[in-house]
This record gives sequence, C-alpha cells and structure tokens, in this order.
Amino acid sequence: MPTSIPEQELMEPGHTACQGCGATLAMRYVLKALGKKTVVSVPASCWAVIPGAMPNRTLDIPMVYTPFAATGASISGLREALDIRGDSDYNVVGFAGDGGTADIGLQSLSGAMERGHNVFYIMYDNEGYMNTGVQRSGSTPYGAETTTTPVGLDRNFKKQQKKVVADIMMAQGVPYVATATIAYPEDLIRKVQNAKKVNGPKFIQILAPCPTGWYYPPEKTIGVSRMAVQSRMFPLYEYSSGTFRLTRPSKPVTVREYVQSQKRFSHMDEDEIRTLQEEVDRRWESLLEKETH
Amino acid sequence: MREIGSKTSIMTGNEAVAEGVRLSKVGFISAYPITPQTTIVEKLAEMVANREISARYVEVESEHSAMAAVFASEIAGVRSYTATSSQGLLYMHEMLHWVAGQRLPIVMSVVNRAIGPPWNIWSDQSDSMNQKDTGWIQVYSESNQEAMDTLIMGYRIAEDSGVMLPFMSMEDAFILSHTSEQVAIPDQELVDEFLPEFRLGFKVDSDRPMGYGSYSTPDGPFMELKKDMMESMWKSANVIKKVTREFSEILGRDYGGLIEEYMTEGAEYILIASGTVASTAKYVAGKLRADGRKVGIIRIRYFRPFPAEDIVRATKDAAHIGVIDRSVSFGSGGTVFNEIRAALYGRSDIPVTGFVAGIGGRDVREEDIEEMINLMAAGKEGTVFINTRGDQ
Ligand SMILES: Cc1ncc(C[n+]2csc(CCOP(=O)(O)OP(=O)(O)O)c2C)c(N)n1
Ligand code: SF4
Ligand SMILES: [Mg+2]
Repeated sequence: MPTSIPEQELMEPGHTACQGCGATLAMRYVLKALGKKTVVSVPASCWAVIPGAMPNRTLDIPMVYTPFAATGASISGLREALDIRGDSDYNVVGFAGDGGTADIGLQSLSGAMERGHNVFYIMYDNEGYMNTGVQRSGSTPYGAETTTTPVGLDRNFKKQQKKVVADIMMAQGVPYVATATIAYPEDLIRKVQNAKKVNGPKFIQILAPCPTGWYYPPEKTIGVSRMAVQSRMFPLYEYSSGTFRLTRPSKPVTVREYVQSQKRFSHMDEDEIRTLQEEVDRRWESLLEKETH
Repeated sequence: MREIGSKTSIMTGNEAVAEGVRLSKVGFISAYPITPQTTIVEKLAEMVANREISARYVEVESEHSAMAAVFASEIAGVRSYTATSSQGLLYMHEMLHWVAGQRLPIVMSVVNRAIGPPWNIWSDQSDSMNQKDTGWIQVYSESNQEAMDTLIMGYRIAEDSGVMLPFMSMEDAFILSHTSEQVAIPDQELVDEFLPEFRLGFKVDSDRPMGYGSYSTPDGPFMELKKDMMESMWKSANVIKKVTREFSEILGRDYGGLIEEYMTEGAEYILIASGTVASTAKYVAGKLRADGRKVGIIRIRYFRPFPAEDIVRATKDAAHIGVIDRSVSFGSGGTVFNEIRAALYGRSDIPVTGFVAGIGGRDVREEDIEEMINLMAAGKEGTVFINTRGDQ
C-alpha cells in the first residue's frame, strides 16, 4: 500500500533507546516531515541519551544539547542567529520530553511562543520522567503508578489529572497547535508539514508510549498508542488559524480497556477507573465545544 | 595616555558598556532586566530601535533563558552579548557552566550587586565570586573607561583560538554603573582594526551535522575536555597580556596585564583589592606614603585566570599582605583571601590578613583602609570584618 510517509531517513541505525521506544519513532517521523535543513535542540531527557555517547550522533542533522529548562530559549536564540546569518530556510526544532515541557521548561516554552519566533516545539509525551527512572510529571495521567507515586499501602498513585500542555498553548494563542501519536504516522507527518506552512511558533504534542515506564511488552507500543486515541485518553486535534479540528476515533474503546493494557494502572479499582473515565468524557465534551466555536 | 581617533563624552559605566557592545559589532543580544544592570540593556534596546547597532535583541522571560538564548545564537556563529547582576547571575548558574563547557566565547557584563536576603541592590562581589568555578574568564574594572575597553578586549580574548572561553566583565553597582565620568569613545575603524569579525569553526551547519555536547562516559573524553578547559584558562593569561598590549597600540590605553601595581616598589604593607575599592586604597596609599609609611596596592583586574604568579612576584619583598574581599565564603573566609593564601603557599611566609569590607554596599572609607594598614602593622592575622556596627 502506498503511503504519504517520506522515504528520506535522517535517523541512522545504532541508537540506544529501549526496544519499542515510542519517542524514537516520534523523532524519526518529525525529521521525515522536515528534511535535512533542520536543527534540533534537545534538553535533558531520554532523547539526550538515545543518540549515544560522543562522538556518536544517530541523527544526520545538527543537534544542540541544552540544559533541562532551556529548550524554549535555545530555539529562540538559534532561530534569530540563523536568520541573522541569512539561513532562514532552516527548520528550528525544540524536541523535549513532557517533564522538560510541562514542568521545568514551561516558562521558557511559554516565553518563546509568546515572542513569536518561527520555531517548532515538539513535546514527546511519555507521561513521566523516564530518563531518571519513571518519576511522575505534570503530564502523567491520573491513576498511573510511578516511582515517586508508588501505590503502597496508601494508594499513592498519581491523584491529579494530566496537565495537557497543548491545551495551554491554544489558550496562550499559539498560531499552530496539534496533538499526534506514533500509531498514526501519516497524521503526525501531515501535522508537522502543516505546521511548517505557519510562519511563527508551532507546538505539537506527540504521545510516545514507553514500554519501560508504562510496563507493557515492547511489541505493543503501536497498539497502546492507538488505544490511547481510541479510548479518548489522548485525543488528536489540530488547531490552526483559529480553526479547531478534533479526530473522532473510528473504533472507540473504553478507558478500562486502555488501562488494562499497561501495568502502571494495574492497581486501579472500579471507582478509580470510573473517575478517570469521567475526566476523559468531560475533556472530550469540552474539546467538542471548541470545535463548534 | 594618548587619545587617538576618539571622541570624549561624559557617561555612566552602563552607558560606556553599551557603547562597548556597539563598537564590538555584537549581532545578538538577549537579557532580562535587574537593577543595576537595567540601563545597559535599555540603552542597547534603544540602539537597536534606532539602528545604531545592527543586532537583534530578544527580550526573554528570565536570566536562565537569556543565557540559553545567547548560548544558542553563539553556537550558530553569531557574536552574542548579555548582561545581568546579583540574583539574575545566580539564576544563570547552570547555563554558565554549559556555555563554558561548550567553549563558546560569549561576553557578559555583570554589574556587581549583593545577594539577598535581605534585598539589597548595592554593590559587593558576592554574585560574581560565586561563579568563579564556572569556567568563565573574570575581570573587574575600576573606571567607566576601563569597563568599556575591557568589554571590547573581552571579545578578542574569548574568541582567540587558544582560549575559546566565555568572558565575564564586572563593574561595581552604582559607583560605576550609574556614575558619570569622562569616557573616550574610540572610532569604529580603530575598533575594527583591533577586533576582527567573529568566525566560529564549529557553528551549526546542516552540511556538517554535529552533536553539540551529547554525553560522555567516564572513559569518554569528559575528563580530557575539562583538563583542556583548565589549560586554556592558563594559556589565556598570555593572550590577555598580548591583547592588552595590542589594545594599547591601536587604541592608546594601556591596562598592563592581569594585575595593576601601585606603589608596590619597596612597600612593606601591600593591600590587594579589586574594582573601585582599589581606587580608594590607592588614594590612601598615596597619602600614607607622604607620611613615610611604606604602603602599596595591588589591583586584581583578572580573577580568572587567577594571577598567582604576578601576585607572588609583586609581593615577594613585603612584610605583610592584606586582602580586601567584598564577598565571603561562610565558614571559610574572603574569596580572594583564600586564593591569595593558596597562591603563596610554600613560596612565601609573609603573613596575610583578610579584610571583609563593603558588603551590601557598605561604604569602604579612607579610614577603613587606614585601619586595615594599622591592623597589618599590628600583626593581625585571620579574617576581620571592617566597618561593622557594634563590637564587630
Ligand atoms: C535542572 C535539572 N534537574 C533535573 C535533572 C534530571 N533529569 C534529567 S532528565 C529528567 C527527566 C526528563 O523527563 P522528560 O522531560 O519527560 O523526558 P524523558 O526522560 O521522559 O524522555 C530529569 C528529572 C536535570 N538534568 N536537570
Ligand atoms: S525509557 Fe521509554 S522513552 Fe526512554 S528510551 Fe526507553 S522506551 Fe524510550
Ligand atoms: Mg517524559
């Protein structure tokens, strides 16, 4: 079957990610969408390690490593300097995890988006601090067990709902905002390409399942990614020039089915699953409302 | 001093620094406001708006971001500048190491201000002394003219292929930053002759894709890279001397080298200071010399690389050394005091006294300097706080 996925590979073999790593696919697809004239800034995260130790690179593009909180500011500096050089045709991409985006890097991100630089900010969302051993982030969903939210005797799994950075970016007025996930590469690539048409800041949140931190077998990554959309745990949308478009999953599944696919939720009882389902429904309704406005 | 190809103007230290940035043809500026640095960045924003400088100015939302932005612009090969003070400099700390480790010759002005609590906007050196281990060259100026000239020299020194380290240029809060003095502004052509265009050999380039600062295992080049930073820092001492000489040849003002010696010839008591306190100390030394007391002053210009050799040589005939510190390492002593003692260790048994003075903008008066000399003459050693209230 022919696909719209570009054949160009900018990721070479030999990366050091875990088997079944969703974040690795996210980078690969983003680079396919953008091509070689791209520079990526990566903060502390799994992706700071995935390309391997010096002098390995894995990626066929310049890659600037930055401290954890610095992604937004670093792409601001790169963009302006490349423009000063006359190299406005470069794509400048910040590629950061959910911790580096929703938590420690939120200020830097928000500043960069507000200033309006012509940059891409890609948040690969594996719903936790994976590089440091699966700790909770603001983007970890309700119910998940992490190493800093251990269930224990007191059922101390994450009690707060997921902080959805893409929603924050829409509220801030970022001209292009989208969500995507690796189970739908054509949708993901199309969104990156649509973003490229926008001269200004663009933000894409890519759900990138992580077998190591979500505790499911590595061969299930694509299935888990797909179920996240089907269960509406991770709705796919695109917001551009004031128009909001929500993707309706073709084969809906329940939140219960989704949480049963991963051991990080295995402690959840019926009430807790219902709480999560209700939040998912509430959010879906509010997204539907956005569409009609 | 010769003044060739320049026009003279009355300006504050911060205005002089902004002129230095303009003359250095900086291409990218990013900063976040903090008293007393603000008037530098306001002036630069105005210069950008009026096309007096062809630079871009990005108004970031924090100092961490300011340093992250100039880090990124510099790695893309554009000469970059930022400025800060006090809490802002502390907030940058992580990025300071990152910039130095990545060997980016960024120049930054630091207007020295105390660190809270309690809040205090006045001058001391706690902010920059706290950054002594970040891998930045550090220099303290004594006048507005020197602040401007040092900034221009900073790019030459930092961008030297044997150095490639960032450069932090200090100026005392208010005493320099907001006080007007006569400053000679050199003609652009002279500065251009002194400071060539910036070319970064490893700038971001998609035809030559590189990873900038990935990671290194213990057996990787990590330790060697740090050793190389140390060696480059030592090598920078000669580059500083060479560049300072060239500056005097082209622009007519000679700052000597890493330290300035004042009446050290035959001095029994040598007081070591940096920044504007050194001016007061020199004035007092002149007066005491007239009374027949053999007092000399060493002004430390460069604190990094530390001018250990120069200090050992300049103090070798003294009977007693005093060090004025405007910062203190709690539970240890004055920062400069500790470094001086380390430099002298095993090479001299001259007693050294540490004077902590002028913290949080407390005035360092003539009588305070005289008290220091008297304490040295009385053989006082250890660390002494000067001009504090109560019994001390
Ligand atoms: C200032 C700072 N604090 C903490 C860390 C430690 N740290 C490195 S990566 C990381 C978690 C990253 O999480 P995320 O951004 O979600 O990326 P992931 O590892 O999940 O891919 C943390 C806490 C750091 N490098 N810097
Ligand atoms: S921990 Fe998760 S995100 Fe990190 S490399 Fe492994 S699979 Fe990928
Ligand atoms: Mg993560």
